[in-house]
Amino acid sequence: MEFFERFAIPHPSPAIYASMVAIAVVSIAIVVGLTYFKKWGYLWREWLTTVDHKRLGIMYIIAAILMLFRGGADAIMMRAQLSAPENKLLDAQHYNEIFTTHGVVMILFMAMPFIIGFMNFVVPLQIGARDVAFPRLNALSFWLFFAGAMLFNISFVVGGSPDAGWTSYFPLADNEFSTSVGTNYYMIAIQIAGLGTLATGINFLTTILKMRAPGMTLMKMPMFTWSALITNVIIVFAFPVLTVALAMGTLDRLFGTHFFASTNGGMDMLWANLFWVWGHPEVYILILPAFGIYSEVISTFARRNLYGYKSMVASMVIISLLSFVVWVHHFFTMGQGAFVNSIFSITTMAIAVPTGVKIFNWLLTLYKGKIVMTTPMLYSMLFIPLFTLGGVTGVMLGMSAADYQYHNTMFLVAHFHMVIIPGVVFAMLAALYYYWPKMFGFMLNDRLGKIGAWIIAIGTLVAFMPMFISGLDGQARRMYTYSEASGFGIWNMISMVGALMLAAGFALIVYNIYYSFRHAPRDIGSDPWDARTLEWATHTPIPEYNFATMPKIDTYETFWDSKKKGTTLFPDKIEKIHMPNNSGIPFIMGIIFFLWGFSFVFAMWIPLIICTLGIFACMAYQSFENDHGRYISIEEIEETEKELGGKR
Amino acid sequence: MKIDHSLPLEYSTDENRLKILGFWIFLGAEVMLFATLFASYFILSGGTGDGPSGAEIFEITPVLIETLVLLTSSFTIGLMVHAMRLGRQKAMMGFFIATIVLGAIFLGVEIYEFVHYVHVGAGLQTSAFSAILLTTLGTHGAHVTFGLFWGICILIQVKKYGLTPRTTNKSFIFSLYWHFLDVVWIFIFSFVYLKGMM
Repeated sequence: MEFFERFAIPHPSPAIYASMVAIAVVSIAIVVGLTYFKKWGYLWREWLTTVDHKRLGIMYIIAAILMLFRGGADAIMMRAQLSAPENKLLDAQHYNEIFTTHGVVMILFMAMPFIIGFMNFVVPLQIGARDVAFPRLNALSFWLFFAGAMLFNISFVVGGSPDAGWTSYFPLADNEFSTSVGTNYYMIAIQIAGLGTLATGINFLTTILKMRAPGMTLMKMPMFTWSALITNVIIVFAFPVLTVALAMGTLDRLFGTHFFASTNGGMDMLWANLFWVWGHPEVYILILPAFGIYSEVISTFARRNLYGYKSMVASMVIISLLSFVVWVHHFFTMGQGAFVNSIFSITTMAIAVPTGVKIFNWLLTLYKGKIVMTTPMLYSMLFIPLFTLGGVTGVMLGMSAADYQYHNTMFLVAHFHMVIIPGVVFAMLAALYYYWPKMFGFMLNDRLGKIGAWIIAIGTLVAFMPMFISGLDGQARRMYTYSEASGFGIWNMISMVGALMLAAGFALIVYNIYYSFRHAPRDIGSDPWDARTLEWATHTPIPEYNFATMPKIDTYETFWDSKKKGTTLFPDKIEKIHMPNNSGIPFIMGIIFFLWGFSFVFAMWIPLIICTLGIFACMAYQSFENDHGRYISIEEIEETEKELGGKR
Repeated sequence: MKIDHSLPLEYSTDENRLKILGFWIFLGAEVMLFATLFASYFILSGGTGDGPSGAEIFEITPVLIETLVLLTSSFTIGLMVHAMRLGRQKAMMGFFIATIVLGAIFLGVEIYEFVHYVHVGAGLQTSAFSAILLTTLGTHGAHVTFGLFWGICILIQVKKYGLTPRTTNKSFIFSLYWHFLDVVWIFIFSFVYLKGMM
């Protein structure tokens, strides 16, 4: 029994026991369901072992939506606790755990996979490629992300959740102050998912640099692909910093080193610096692909080519460079002195310039356009004013002298939610509506979509605008309650209403998916939006090889030109196509990594060593395996093309 | 698989070219990894607490042996690629084996060095300095160790299949990795040992 005591939750509550039961019931239901409907084989062949970028993209997006609801549940609990002064719904410890997991889940396990999911689905199609450069590595990336996410998510029912904030600052995160295994989960789960993300970065950089269709020079790439390219450069250069920081944190917690301790020569500020050297570029990893989505959506529905293509690219490059030299603005108050603060203040405010260029480019794209107000377009239109509110308050926070007033107040919380939700979440929802017909062959209902968009936009304002006020009045973030005399009660009650509106908005999206699945027409063709880029040039459903023959590119919007001028996009004759085989290795490695991480969290060394050997065994197997892929014959391609309505 | 005969075997197919570029990008990430470790080392190198400082524990002899052995192994892996391009499989394998042997010697000396550090009271838990020293050296050492096993896997495949586009590609990528570890070692030699001993 002693062995199992370590898995107990240090701080239980009825809600956690209820969650345990719910998790068990759902898991059993899934297993029983799969067995009853005899879907195990289908699941294994078509999804678990797939190396197809389209399917991996869809799996990323499904995982992201699941995590959105996990993080959203955390958010509702927090807002409920704060909705009235001296509320007793959650105690301080639970509140700490919930704001920690909310942050990690939303940034790393919701926003990241959402973005990487769309990159997976869209980028190879936009550049006219058959798959990514390393399809199997791509599958491994997904399963590492998924293993990390699942490991992090079980923390609250096995051993206790991390409770030191999503930034996990030392010395708070050290053993002395964070006694449960929670912070071990943080260090190791993020490490595993981070390895997957790094592999994605390498994979997509290679893909975009080397696998573009003939004629597509860098300056003829669609804007989303540009944003993906720059994002992946940031990933490759930022994530190793996180790897090292997490490894040092793990050593501190499990091997008794003193990197971030305040004794024996350690330096707690080193963690803060390393964390944000990764953490700030991470913000741009999230927002740049979102900008890419907006560029595609706005240009499609304004029926105009994107205004200022070159300045769009240049501004993204400048943002990516600046993103590495602003990290100190996350801790202006933590003792750097006026000189250092001033430098980072200036670099921070400088980011507003290229971002402003992008905003004006979108506005000028709309100017004299024939605007079609679809759901994705509505999200994009709501994004511009709301994001600007968030961005301008960011410049306020960037002024280091003034930051002493805003630091660690609800003002900051309001700011970053006002950039992340309109910036990233609206973009992902726009992309979900925009790419849904390409993914699943039917459109989501536009009327329900628009109602949802308005509810979410107004909900965002109602939830977060009051925080600007209570923050300026001095309400600290990460405090589980406040006194009635502070007068924060009314603002937090308004926020609660906004949070419920957001929940209703997301529920409406789920209902819309159900409704459209039941009622939407299926004969929508392959280009229902009358769009401009290559992903719409192939059939729906997309054949596994994407394009029967390679498109020939001569302008930035060749597909649009071919529709307007009637030129041929696909002049070549069909040849046999080389495709990679499915593989179970990435999935198996994901499972082993999960067990490896779990053993590591609880410092169970023998299972840890066994899992490590298992990982290396998989790598060796992979090295020795003689898998040259397979060919799809010309007859097969011709038949598929005929079924889908003729070769393009 | 289309093979372009105007290029060396390791570059001859599309897949091979992708893998080489991908590996260069991976090395870019590795540069960031070691850069972070070096930055942390510079910041924590004064944080000796109650433990010894670098000048008190560094020994020049094992470090010189390690440096000599690793630099030589980088030379032999260069010769390996040269022999591979000439299509001389035996010579190629010979240089490959020489590289792995030299790598193993390096690792042996490094293990001796670690034992020495722990022996003179600079263990992982002694101070922030000793921890970052052992972590930086250890990360490089772990890369070398991984390289030895990886190299042996490739060597077996070269023996089994001969010099094919696939095996030459793997060998070439391994050589990139090995040179990279050498570059990292030069930084360790200069900025950890020499700087620490001055």
